[in-house]
Amino acid sequence: MPTGTNTSESYVEKPKTLAAFRDEISAGRSKAADLANGYYERIAKKNSRLNVYLSLTKERALAQAARVDDLVKKGDPLPALAGIPMGIKDVLVMQGAPSTAGSKILEGYRPPYDCTAVARLEAAGAVLLGKLNCDEFAMGSSNENSAYGPVRNPVDTERVPGGSSGGSAAAVASNLAVATLGSDTGGSIRQPASFCGVVGVLPTYGRVSRYGLIAFASSLDRIGPFAANVRDAATLLGVIAGHDPKDATSSPAPVEDYAAASDQPAAGLRIGVPAEYFAEGLDAEVRAAIEKGIAALEAAGCAIKPVSLPHTKYAVPTYYLVATAEASANLARFDGVRYGYRSPRSATLSDMYSHSRDEGFGAEVKRRILLGTYALSTGYYDAYYLKAQQVRRILAEEFLRAFAEVDAIVTPTSPFPAFKIGEKTGDPLAMYLADIYTVTASLAGICGVTVPCGTTKAGLPVGMQILARHLGESTAFRVARAVEAAGI
Amino acid sequence: MKEKCSKVTVADVERVAELAHLELAPEEIEPMLRDLNAILDYVAELNQLDTSGIEPLAQVGELENAAIPQPRADVVAPSLQRAAVMAQAPETDNAFFKVPKVIER
Repeated sequence: MPTGTNTSESYVEKPKTLAAFRDEISAGRSKAADLANGYYERIAKKNSRLNVYLSLTKERALAQAARVDDLVKKGDPLPALAGIPMGIKDVLVMQGAPSTAGSKILEGYRPPYDCTAVARLEAAGAVLLGKLNCDEFAMGSSNENSAYGPVRNPVDTERVPGGSSGGSAAAVASNLAVATLGSDTGGSIRQPASFCGVVGVLPTYGRVSRYGLIAFASSLDRIGPFAANVRDAATLLGVIAGHDPKDATSSPAPVEDYAAASDQPAAGLRIGVPAEYFAEGLDAEVRAAIEKGIAALEAAGCAIKPVSLPHTKYAVPTYYLVATAEASANLARFDGVRYGYRSPRSATLSDMYSHSRDEGFGAEVKRRILLGTYALSTGYYDAYYLKAQQVRRILAEEFLRAFAEVDAIVTPTSPFPAFKIGEKTGDPLAMYLADIYTVTASLAGICGVTVPCGTTKAGLPVGMQILARHLGESTAFRVARAVEAAGI
Repeated sequence: MKEKCSKVTVADVERVAELAHLELAPEEIEPMLRDLNAILDYVAELNQLDTSGIEPLAQVGELENAAIPQPRADVVAPSLQRAAVMAQAPETDNAFFKVPKVIER
């Protein structure tokens, strides 16, 4: 063993708030271009260890920063995110920029269009620094399935940042971006946010357009923000949310002022605590931290009520059938014909399909495509896929009943804190069980926020998941703000 | 009591791989078989639930009170420019995607 090398150093640094940046930029104390260059310098120093960014979009970022600095010079009104340096998960496409989704099969791909959420950030003045590492096609709970190497957790670089949006969470935790976008299909925003000690938002299904998100499981996929504090996460959701005709499932409901809502006290809200999320398998230190968070909500004037979600234990098997079935269909498009990788060993069309997919996809993606194809195949469709869809309805309706009694439901985001790199890679099923507290909300389409809620004795962050009914984001932010204010 | 589910065999893995246009190297088959059987054993827990008479839920827009819309009408509208799309193709004559021959002679 080499000595004298500190292998578990901390890279944690908290970014300033959006309001602080806004003051600096509007008063002329900081230039957007200098801010962006400062972040690129930090990335140059720290990215080699953390592996957060897969590519940088420097030309586009600096052009945007120059536009913001022009507005300031002219004294024009500044949009909500003027000059804010942000990073984008690599499953969200940016015109002309690499968009690999963490996969070799999309190496070299330059999308001909922008993701709607990305376009909305830029329209609001954000400076997009680059594309962030993630599990291949967002399939994973540790970021170890990226074809471009794992991301390291800034809190302890021997540990995973969570997944699949590991780069998005780690970038905010290490201040290599002020805020980021990620995607969440079964917990891919919430779990890494909790592992890295930052705020992550799962918007209601349909609240944020999926246009330009490289699809994993279309009935579950959501795009959402990561930030260092609740109010900033709320501001970011307000920017990216809203109807988009390019996504057939986009909601026309008006977008609320989530940041203002998050300023409202949580007093008087009814908070449900489901016993099923505090059962066997929950780490004792995580439980203790979440119980402190619940006590803080009670002290803030919330009414704490037990709620029952008895079918919770069926959520992981249901999720993995639904998600893999949809993935097997979505990933059929990667065939070497229209874009992405084509195997040079392609004598016939059929060879081209199978060689390109074999060489382009990693092991976990193949495993999920095979599982999904199996669940949809003749003779098994009713037993697996149809059954899972029926249980999905039971799980969703169970949440809707609970929300007749309470305004929000609080749970741990993950049963355990960040685990060591390599600890679970040999056992796919153990990795799937890491999603036990997040997949049910995904299946039900409801919204949620994960907020830091204390640490373990070893200093690993614990996250509290706050779930609210469809389009109930304002309530979730109010509760999250109260937990944050308690400073657990 | 867990209902017994059918065990996946090597032939099943090969059949499903063919359906999905995936190739598996011989050394990949055994681990894949083990993982798929472990996962399918686990998902067989769903058989404990009686779901007769329950409508499948494919998409949360189908839920009552979900406040999410039914999908929009399917209407033809302008799309991406052909030149921008073809620029990403592995092989193209700028009008069509080119692929290896389909029919053996």
